Amino acid sequence: MEDHHDNHVTSYAQNFKVLFVLLLLTISTIFVVKLDLGPLTVAMALFLASVKTTIVLTYFMHLKGEKLILRLMVGGVFLLFAIIVIITFIDYYFRII
Amino acid sequence: MSTTEHSEHSEHSEYIDVETGKMGMWLFLFTELFLFGGLFIVYAVMRARYGEAFHHAALELNAFIGATNTVVLLVSSMTVAMSLTAIQKSQKNLAIGLIFVTLLLAIVFMINKYFEYGHKFELHLYPGSDVMRNLPHGEIMFFGLYFLMTGLHLFHVVVGGILLTIVMLRVKSGKINKEHFLLHENGALYWHLVDLIWIFLFPLLYLIT
Repeated sequence: MEDHHDNHVTSYAQNFKVLFVLLLLTISTIFVVKLDLGPLTVAMALFLASVKTTIVLTYFMHLKGEKLILRLMVGGVFLLFAIIVIITFIDYYFRII
Repeated sequence: MSTTEHSEHSEHSEYIDVETGKMGMWLFLFTELFLFGGLFIVYAVMRARYGEAFHHAALELNAFIGATNTVVLLVSSMTVAMSLTAIQKSQKNLAIGLIFVTLLLAIVFMINKYFEYGHKFELHLYPGSDVMRNLPHGEIMFFGLYFLMTGLHLFHVVVGGILLTIVMLRVKSGKINKEHFLLHENGALYWHLVDLIWIFLFPLLYLIT
């Protein structure tokens, strides 16, 4: 018998709940943007998108039941991407021309 | 941890290392993340540089279609995740049905994009057009990124659809079942990636008005 993954299978009900939360967050994103909080708007929109991403990764993509090494790899990749973004902007904002 | 499979009903013994197979798929997803991530970085810098133009150009985009597509992909992510639940419960027909619904939603997404792009083309808004050339440079940047990123994403939707169709056929034939469903799992992971990319594309392109 293959050790396919963890002991339990995500139930249909759990899948529905996850979708419900994702849809709520989508609606929230639209409302937040409509509120127009100036420069904070983009940050909020990106933050909500990140929350949705984490939920999709954890539940739909089943990271919750996966081995630690895989979760570390995913986290590491996102961290690496964040570092690249930061370095890019450090470069951009210190350009003279 | 890997296990050796010896299936009596096939010509050769099958060795399926599920953990490695899944990790290989995740490694591929990481490359996809950096493919789109690179484009997002270009978007971020261009937006910092041409803030006004981006804001103005984004008015041309239809946020309603964008929001609809977001909902469509979120639901399709749920249905494909549910199809995995079904196959693990040996509910074969339900699994097939759920993958079929996922594919239908993918087609809905493609139809929406058809109308969306169609409207742009009607207005002569496409890279290289005379209308495009006369726009302010920042707006040309926005539309270039819009077409490239959503176009590349649409390509991934098509590829994902083909992949899931293959999965559906294999569930139907029994090659994918409760004991062997790595391809099903990996296909679903690809589809979730398509959803994830759109989760970021939607606010950054459609909601910056």
